[in-house]
Amino acid sequence: MSSISYQTPATDWMDTPVEFRHGNWCHSANPKSLEYLGLPYPRKWAACEDDWKLPENWKEIVLEGMRDRLQRFRTFRIFMDICVRCGACADKCHFFIGGGDPKNMPVLRAELLRSVYRREYTLAGKIMGKMVGARELTVDVLKEWFSYFHQCTECRRCSVFCPYGIDTAEITMMARELMSLVGLSIDWIITPAANCFRTGNHLGVLPHGFKDSIDFAADEMSDITGVKIEPSINRKGAEILFVTPSADYFASPHYYTLLGYLALFKEIGLDYTWSAFASEGGNFGLFYSHEMMKRLNAKIYTEAKRLGVKWILGGECGHMWRVLHQYMDTMNGPADFLDEPVSPITGTRFENARSTKMVHICEFTADLIKNNKIKLDPARNDHVVPTFHDSCNPARAMGLLEEPRYIINATSNNFREMPENTIREQTFCCGSGSGVGTDEFLEMRLRGGFPRANAVKYVHEKHGVNRLLCICAIDKATLTPLMEYWVPEVDVGGVHELVGNALIMKGEKPRDTDLRGEPMKKAGGEA
Amino acid sequence: MRVIVPLVAVMVLALIGYAGSLVSPGLFGIIIPYAALLIFVGGIIWRVLKWAAVPVPFRIPTTAGQQKSLPWIKDAKYDNPSTTFGVIVRMALEVLLFRSLFRNTSMELKKDRNLAYIQELWLWGAALAFHYSFLVIFLRHFRFFMHPVPPFVPLIQAFDGFLEIGVPTLYMTDLALLGAAGYLFFRRIWYPQMRYISLMNDYFPLFLILGIGISGVLMRHFFRVDLMAVKELAVGLFSLHPALPAGIGAPFFIHLFLVSCLLAYFPWSKLVHVAGVFMSPTRNLANNSRMKRHINPWNYPVKVHTYEEWEEEFHDLIKDCGLPLDKE
Repeated sequence: MSSISYQTPATDWMDTPVEFRHGNWCHSANPKSLEYLGLPYPRKWAACEDDWKLPENWKEIVLEGMRDRLQRFRTFRIFMDICVRCGACADKCHFFIGGGDPKNMPVLRAELLRSVYRREYTLAGKIMGKMVGARELTVDVLKEWFSYFHQCTECRRCSVFCPYGIDTAEITMMARELMSLVGLSIDWIITPAANCFRTGNHLGVLPHGFKDSIDFAADEMSDITGVKIEPSINRKGAEILFVTPSADYFASPHYYTLLGYLALFKEIGLDYTWSAFASEGGNFGLFYSHEMMKRLNAKIYTEAKRLGVKWILGGECGHMWRVLHQYMDTMNGPADFLDEPVSPITGTRFENARSTKMVHICEFTADLIKNNKIKLDPARNDHVVPTFHDSCNPARAMGLLEEPRYIINATSNNFREMPENTIREQTFCCGSGSGVGTDEFLEMRLRGGFPRANAVKYVHEKHGVNRLLCICAIDKATLTPLMEYWVPEVDVGGVHELVGNALIMKGEKPRDTDLRGEPMKKAGGEA
Repeated sequence: MRVIVPLVAVMVLALIGYAGSLVSPGLFGIIIPYAALLIFVGGIIWRVLKWAAVPVPFRIPTTAGQQKSLPWIKDAKYDNPSTTFGVIVRMALEVLLFRSLFRNTSMELKKDRNLAYIQELWLWGAALAFHYSFLVIFLRHFRFFMHPVPPFVPLIQAFDGFLEIGVPTLYMTDLALLGAAGYLFFRRIWYPQMRYISLMNDYFPLFLILGIGISGVLMRHFFRVDLMAVKELAVGLFSLHPALPAGIGAPFFIHLFLVSCLLAYFPWSKLVHVAGVFMSPTRNLANNSRMKRHINPWNYPVKVHTYEEWEEEFHDLIKDCGLPLDKE
């Protein structure tokens, strides 16, 4: 990645065709995965080829889909109608900042769709066409959609700055739904979704594999702490069902966060169970269609009901929490078979979750710390100088900003914030969200992640930050290569990994290494 | 092209207005303004009803601050409202003060390949100046619309003209409107990215409003028209007893025709953002998604993978690893 040019092309955007080159497009959906899910037009095709093997009446299907969605989503219709192209969103998108392509300005990304809307659904557009920014839906336009609506990570940063709250995530979701109608989707979304539908999780981990992973982690944590940890799986009658993204038990550095959860739950004696069926908190359906989101999300309430738990606790994940917070109750509720969540340790009633009945682990842990229910020795994290990356969805589709910071400050003496325009509601995406975190897309990911990485570099150079904390599984997976490229001195981890390090457990053995096996500066515990 | 065509279009409209004053003042002074107003009101109502007819299936506010969760964590009551009152304040801040635009920053990639974000208030300031001067000018016009003149008008006039420059007094809002609209035009052609995204639909209303403003200022300060006659016409129109006095003068017809064009154009253009902003679901909903169930009127059953199907498919694996089964 040599340079970024913000120069606009000599040709008008409608006359500038999309270019598929190595590193800027994702592999198309595996037909087997589409077939498994019963989705339309499974076939082999590739974005770089001329012929996308579209069905004969593709245009009719897409336009009909558009009409249908305009009647079902007020957001869609309003966002098509009211943009004034003030340009406030233009330099707020990480892909535009890191790549300079004007079609990655949120306003222009939306125009790709809006131009077709004008042509089909407005009188001026029908009569005056291009003069008023309207254009025919052609194969080239469809290709442009495929390219640019997979260069949006649905992070909603532009929506914070838009004077009318126009949300490009919503527009991208609509565009992806329209493309899905003619079988245009990417494999990094569809295959995890198919896995999730079949096995319960994106990675396709089967029940015995799930059990092995959890048992392995519990054994390791028992060895580290000297406290026997025996989690239960699919146990009926537990008080709480715990659901977390599958990467937590199958990928690194997520794994250390898992160790943190296990230690914490053991220490407070939580009566909880894992589920090998609801073994995924994440939901790649969100990146495909509302219907797919609902299909994958259904298992969480189903399983809570089957196991007879009182309420549900959710782990560290970004888009998972967008679905749980903004969609689950509406789609698959009401959760009238569950109780209003109450912390069994502190007695705190989580009134903010009284309908959905699902609590974020950071809300839960912050409450424990506030009520002095766990002993923490932040000095055990003195070898870590952390900063915190607000994940897009918890920040801009929820507002979970202080809870993780409260936990970090209780478990670390060295917390440093990145510059204010890059955190909280203005946080920058990792560049790989919404299902585009795939290897063939690496160049765009590194570009899209540049604003985030640059802010990390700033605090690394200024304060010696060496750990980028986050509460999102996609972040943990993709910030890692992003840091390797831009700021190799900084590694990535979860908030509950710090909890796992700092937690003083009853009956623990002396600790001199952290969850990663790295030496701590000073022994904690009884020392 | 995208700049010239709308510019010429507005000039042609002005000429039509001028011609209208000579050919058919009745049409241009009474019928067209009424028709335009009808289109404006009817059009806006139609647009709003059309939006309102579309359901809001999900509660998806953009949260721009701390959520309401634990009692000891201070929530951002207006940037991330959890109550109706909070939403009202958020909307008021948005509509009256352009809260979101106030956050605007300008990104800069510096020579050392580091990014900087600089607060950028020009757009916010110009937008605010533009909209508020438009409002004040509209209210000032009530001295033409009504007889006797409503008491708020002299008050506004006094404030607006307090610099007391020239005879008749120069109004600050006239300058502000022209200055702000001029700046909004300037930034569209000056910044390459703005130029790239701007459509004819963006230049046309700007030119139209500039045309209205300029014709108004010219009328007040240079090409004097018979104000008594103008008032007679306006009061007549306003009280639904239209009458056309003689000798009003062509500049007024140009002004009135451009206003009529703006009114008629309004509901079919991006200018409907004025109404649309109130209905934007990312702003006008409370972030109480987990507190209160939001109903999707078209929620439909979907094909899911049930637990029973899952257990059946993986029965042996589940049994062998010792996890409990519902059916042995």
